[in-house]
Formats: sequence, structure tokens, C-alpha cells
Amino acid sequence: MSPTLALTRRRFLKFGLTASGALLVGYRCSAAARATVPSELLGDDLVSLTAFVMIERDNRVVIGARGCEIGQGVITSLPMLIAEELDVEWSRVRVIQLPYGYEEVDGKPSNRYGDQFAGGSTSIQTAWKDLREAGALARWLLLQAAANAWSVPVENLRTEAGHVLNVDGRTLSYGALARTAAALPMPANAPAPKDPDSFKLVGKPIRAADGRRIVTGQNRYGIDEYLSGALVAVMLRCPYLDGTLESLDDSEARKVRGVRDVVRIEGPKPGEPFDGPLAAGVAVLADNTWAALQGRNALKPVWKQGPWAEESSAALAARANALLDEDKDGIEVRKDGDLAKSRKRARHSLSARYEVPFLAHATLEPPGALIELRQDGALLIASMQNPSGASRVISELTGLPRDRIEIRLPRSGGGFGRRLENDFVAEAVQIAKLAGKPVKLMWTREDDLAHDFYRPFGVHALSATLDRRNRVEGWTHRCAATSRTYRTARMQDDPAWTGCLEPDDFPAGLVDDLEKTFFPVQSGMPRGWWRAPLHTFHAFAVQSFIDEIAYEVRRDAVELRLEMLGEAREISYRGHGGPVFDTGRMANVLRLCAEKIHWKEKRTDGRGIGIACHFTFGGYTAHAFEVSMDGERLRIHRAICVVDVGRVVNPLGLEAQMMGGTIDGISTALNLAITVRDGQVEQKNFPQYPLLKMADAPKKVEVHIVESTRDPVGGGEMGIASVAPALANAIFATTTVRIRKLPLLPELMRML
Amino acid sequence: MKAGNEAAGAANAAPAKTQPEQLPVRINDKPYYPDGDPQMPLLWYLRDVLRLTGTKFGCGIGACGACTVLIDGKAARACLTPMQAVSGRAITTIEGLEGAQLHPVQQAWLEHDVAQCGYCQAGQIMAAIDLLARKRKPSDDDIGEIANLCRCGTYPRIRSAIQRAAVLMAEGNS
Repeated sequence: MSPTLALTRRRFLKFGLTASGALLVGYRCSAAARATVPSELLGDDLVSLTAFVMIERDNRVVIGARGCEIGQGVITSLPMLIAEELDVEWSRVRVIQLPYGYEEVDGKPSNRYGDQFAGGSTSIQTAWKDLREAGALARWLLLQAAANAWSVPVENLRTEAGHVLNVDGRTLSYGALARTAAALPMPANAPAPKDPDSFKLVGKPIRAADGRRIVTGQNRYGIDEYLSGALVAVMLRCPYLDGTLESLDDSEARKVRGVRDVVRIEGPKPGEPFDGPLAAGVAVLADNTWAALQGRNALKPVWKQGPWAEESSAALAARANALLDEDKDGIEVRKDGDLAKSRKRARHSLSARYEVPFLAHATLEPPGALIELRQDGALLIASMQNPSGASRVISELTGLPRDRIEIRLPRSGGGFGRRLENDFVAEAVQIAKLAGKPVKLMWTREDDLAHDFYRPFGVHALSATLDRRNRVEGWTHRCAATSRTYRTARMQDDPAWTGCLEPDDFPAGLVDDLEKTFFPVQSGMPRGWWRAPLHTFHAFAVQSFIDEIAYEVRRDAVELRLEMLGEAREISYRGHGGPVFDTGRMANVLRLCAEKIHWKEKRTDGRGIGIACHFTFGGYTAHAFEVSMDGERLRIHRAICVVDVGRVVNPLGLEAQMMGGTIDGISTALNLAITVRDGQVEQKNFPQYPLLKMADAPKKVEVHIVESTRDPVGGGEMGIASVAPALANAIFATTTVRIRKLPLLPELMRML
Repeated sequence: MKAGNEAAGAANAAPAKTQPEQLPVRINDKPYYPDGDPQMPLLWYLRDVLRLTGTKFGCGIGACGACTVLIDGKAARACLTPMQAVSGRAITTIEGLEGAQLHPVQQAWLEHDVAQCGYCQAGQIMAAIDLLARKRKPSDDDIGEIANLCRCGTYPRIRSAIQRAAVLMAEGNS
């Protein structure tokens, strides 16, 4: 592809023709790209051509999906944006998954497809800006080619369903125009994307692009990939945080039929960043998974406990509470006004502490990786969220240049933040180096729960002061937690509260006197990002506490929130999802949610309702639940989720994310916690980490999507933070038991 | 990745030659004579030996249901079923459902766009087929008996897809 058009200083649109006469449109990162291979030599494979769009002569359209598909729907929603700009019928579009697009431009790392990272709910926002341009360019070229063919001004033409239509009634298919379109010179400026109000496809419910492959079992996830000559590896990892392998008897393991080798893997050095394997261990390599598992069972290791041998969840909770009691040397997160003053004139003051546990990601497809190392390059196939991180890990461990590392991106059996880390890739590389063979590394569920980057543990101490009219005037949020920044290389310069507290989150900027303070709690547990990380971590405390205040001063919990939000306006929000927080949009979803649950209606049947709202990464969400107790069983009769994420790309996909986020939220809030005892994680498998079953999930989640013409944000993480507090508030309404510790159900059983 | 003398790989996983002393295990209507470890769970035979990877690994202890297959028409956990227990039995995996057209349950799953990550869905579909074979018009509680875990939280759409499949199957029978 030769003609290029500068979008920014380093990103260029390009287009060209394939050997069979198809039009291609894609990106490249430098006008002066490396030695251009004539497209005739590249064949007709979209991937080798590094394009997003291919229009074939028979008018079939192929669109490349660049994102890591982890269940959030980007294999559908991102190609929809291109198809919209292109004006093609979705039913004629074939979507293919693109691989990781690393390339070097002027010696600097770049990506020929743009952003492929799946984290922070950013895919839609980013694609809204850049992928639409690719579709717009393709459409512009086809219009121009038709104008030339008919010798008419382009203003006389329009596009529809894969055709250019002339005002005189003539039509030409895109396919028929592909060859001449590809020969056009590049326009001087990037053709403008459509006015979103004229969208035909974006905003319509579209099913998963690869749905048929899923329901027929044909879709291949990372775990489903095999490679000729590869051995299956299973690891036995040290169960103690930062422990080591003292000695090993592998004689019985080596006798297991099918076992080929046993190798030792070094763990991280205590205190140093986690940039390789998470734990010291032993890998058993075998002909198949069963033999490897049998071999692992036959290993006789002697582990040496590390520096955290005494660590326990009980001690961590005691330490967090002691830090809050002492209230010394806290790190200031935000300080507004004069709290002492508002305390002095307060009519009421309230305090409460809330405890949130470590969480594991428990992706249903456990981590794993298939890797082949050669002298001149490497191939990685794995379910992942962060292919660029994986590329760096492989390069560092092998010395291979990153442009010699091919990474394919199969569909992932869930992500939830687990696959932002690439410890499993590092393990696979080290094992493959030692074995001298390609390796398919398999993790079991036991491996996964015991060796994760957990959502931090912490205790939130909240207090509020109210004036004579029971308005909230002063707010203190002190949090003692295991810092997210622990041994995370790229967060070493971040303050310790990063990932646990957001300075500008509600009610910051809405009350005059406010203090947020952080107290780091030392722990050996690795920490990571867990779906809507800091939001699930603190919204439970904040939104439960608001309800406690309302109850204490006999105010309506919705009215109190609306009063605090005040008039509709944008206030500064420096965290991810900013730069502003719109109080009006938050109030709107809350009001709508209250209306849907019939908030004003008194329940006389023993049922209770609870509500909460939260702002996550640019999205505004409110949840409400109607619950009752049936003996010791909590029944959720209604679950309501209202969301405003701006303009909606795929309502069917957004509804799925909100429904799924709500159920993930319920599952986690009711039952899930990772605990540590004697320096080891206690949960072994699903019986100790009991994901919600269908029978206990609400039969329906009533999702209401606010119509909006604002630029879209994503939806992957917006549906979860307000679930736990809304549930806790509903449980209080029906039982009068206030639960201040997650997970809710064990606590409720203890207190009832 | 061969297990003993078993045929390796999907490409050459042709039905084995007749071995009269052993009853074949029929998998998706083809006979196989596995001669690897008789304790090997069916899950790993399907995946590593036959490369039928639609059946997923999730927990290895029968808790999640990602590996659900049909054994003589009944839902079973492939991760807990040793090969020695399936001799002479007929096994259907997700790959064995599709004939000339999709199975009504697969069709309903597509119509309701059930999958998010999709990893558990083969197991969910097999569990739903088993349920619908027992109960042509399942109640909410009947559906709630399916204990397969979905980490993404697709349960409400699974429920509506099962109800839709019941209708499709009733139409197909009339």
C-alpha cells in the first residue's frame, strides 16, 4: 500500500490494492515506512497486509478487529464503527481477528493497528477517534472513484449498503470500484467521519460477530491452541508468598508415562518488581496435560517459607484498624476546607468502618500460554489483555528484538484484569528455554486462585458531619489498605493510594470540608487491577455510608444523594474517566433508577429495597435491588441497572456488559473473598471461591440505557461498583442488619 | 502431543482399527479405541488427543461444568470421567451437535446473543440439551438446577435462550 495520509505526526492512513484487485485501507505509523513490499507479493491475507478493511471485487467486505476480545464485545463493536463509516451491510461483513501489530518506526515501538490494550474500558473511546477515520477514507475513495467513472461531481453521489448511488439512478458496487479507488491519490486531508446523527448501524443491536463459532465449539481460545512438537507444561509453585524451593525429589514424577522433563523456575526476588513468574516452582513437561498433571502430583518438593510466613487476613485487618486508630502519618490524598470548623458546628456526626477483601480474578479460562522460541524469532498464542507487555517480557527474557516476536490474539475466556499481567508468559518462556522445545503452559484452577494479582484488601473509615438542616458539610475518608503500587514497576513513582482511592471521587468537590487520607498496610500478597479496580474497592464504603447517614437523620437516601450532587454541572475529575464529573448525569441515572424500583412505594411484604450510584471511568451507573430473606437464603426479586455511557455503539453488547457486571457484582459482593493464613492463600478451587450459580442470580437484570448524543465511553467496567452497596442497603432495608464487611452473606449469617 | 498409541491431532484422529477385545467409545458417532492411561479423564482425551477443544477445562473437580458433555444422552462432567468408564458409551460434544443445521439450542443461543467471553457456553449448551430432553417445558426452577458457572454473568440470557429453545424444539416436533 503506498499512498499515505498523515493523521497525526506519527500516524498515517494508507490504502492500496491486493493481487486479486481488492481495495485495502489501513494504518501505518510513518510516512516513510520501511522498504515497501509490492502488494502483489503479499497475497490476499488481511493480516499480512496489516489493513483494517478489504473490499473484494465481488463486493464482499472483510473488516479486521484489533482489540483483545475478553468477553467485552470489541470483536463486534470496533468493526461496527468501521462498517458504519463505510456504509456496508453488516450481514455482508466478515470480521477477522487481527494479531498484535508491533512495528518499529524510527527505532521506536509502535503499533500498526493502534491501541490493542484491553483495560480501563478505553477501547470504544479510542476507536471512536481513530477507527472511524479508516472507514471514512475507504468510503471517500469509493465515492471519488465513482465520480471519476461517471464524470460527475461527487456531490451528486451518495453511498448505501455497499454501493455508490448516482442521483440519476445509476449504481456501482464497491467491489466494482475497488481497483480504480485503489489507484487514486491520497486526499489532502483525512475525510471527515459521518455526523453521528446519520448513523445507520452504530446504535443498533448487533450480535457477536463470531457467535456461531462460539455456539458450535469452533472458536479457539488461547488454551485451545496446539503446536506440533510442543510439550504440555504444568507447574507446581511455592505456596508461600516469596518462598523458595529448598530441595526436590522428582524421581517418581519422571517415571510417569508421558512425562519428558522436569525443570526448575526461579521466583521473584523479595521486594523487587513482579516482572517475571509470580512464584518459584517446578515445571513438569509431558506429552499431554493428564501426564503432566500426574507428574506434578508425584513431585516431592521441600519449600522454604519466605518473609511472609506469618501473614494472615486476621492480622492484616487488625493492622489496618490499628493504623486507623492511631491516625498518624497518613498520606494526604485530598484536603478541602476546614474540617475542624465543620466538626465544631456539626449538629450530627457519624462514623463507620467498612472492610473489603482481596479478590481473585478467576477467569473461567485459566491463564496459560503456547510459546515457540526459535533462533530468529518467537511465536506466542495466549489469551491476553496486554500483548504489548507480553512482547516486552519475551524480548527481555530471550534477547529477541520485538519485531521478531509474533503474537496472536485468540478470544479469551474472560479477563477482568488478570491478563493485564504476563507472569504466565514469562513462565512459558523460561520453561521453553530450559526444555528447548515449544511449550504449552497450562494453569489449573488451584494455580489460578493461589497465584494471582489480587484486588487490594483494606478498611475504609468514613465520618461525616451534618449541619442543623441535616445537610452533609464535612466528610472524612481514611483508608488503610494493601497498596496497589506494591512491586509494580510502572507504578513506582505513583503515590501509595493510587488504585485504592481516587481524590476526586464522590463526594469530593460537593462538600465544603473534606479529607481523604491513606495508610499503607504491609503485605506480601501480589496486587493487581480487578474490573473497575478502585471503584469496586471504595464505592461499597461510600455508598453504604450515605445510606447510614440518611437512616440516622431520617432522610430519604435518594434525596440526600441528589442534594449532595446539587445542580447539574461539571466539576473537575482528574482520575481516569475525567477530566470532568457531571453531577447532572449522575443525578439523572439515580433518579431513573429510583423510579424503576418504585422507590417511593412502601414495602409491606417483608421485602427491602436498596440503591446506590457511582461514576466509573467516564460512565454513570446506578443500581437498585429488591430483596427478601427466605430463611437463611437471600432472594433478589428485582435487579435494576441504569447507565449513561454517552452514545451507544452496540446496545445489545452494552446491555450484556451491564447485566454481566451486575451479576459479577452480586456474585462478588455476596460470597467472594481471598484470604491468607500462614503466608498462603486459603482458597483452593471454586468450592472455596463460590461464583454465583444461576439459581441464586436474579432471573432478570433490568438494564436501562440513557439515550445520549455525547461521545461514547466503554461499558466493560461501569456495571459493577454500585452493586455491593445497593445490595447491602437493600439487605439493611429488609433485615435491619447493617453489613460493613464484604462479602455480605457470611457476615449476614454471622449477624442474624 | 501423543498419549500412548492414540491417534494424535484432529487432522489424523480417524477412527481406530477394530480391536475386538475392547468396546469402542463412540464420540460424535465415530468409534475410538483409546489405549492410553485408562484413568485419563475424558476431558483430556477429547482435547489433547482428538483436539476436540470445544469442551473446556475450568476447574478439574466437576465444580464449574465447562467440560459438560453428553454420555448416552445425559450431561456429565468430562473432567471427572475416566476413559475406562466410557468404553461402550456414546459421547456427544459441542462439535457433534451440528448437523445440516444448528441444533435448536445453539440456534436459541445465537438469537439471544448469550455469550460474552463464551468460554463456559459449550458446557451450558450441553447442560441445556440434557435439561430439555428431560423437561420439554422447563420451569424457572428447573433451569435453576443447571449449576454450570458463568464468570461473565450471562445467566439471564441463558434462561431466555432455554425457553426459546423449548419453543423451537416443540415447533420442530410438531
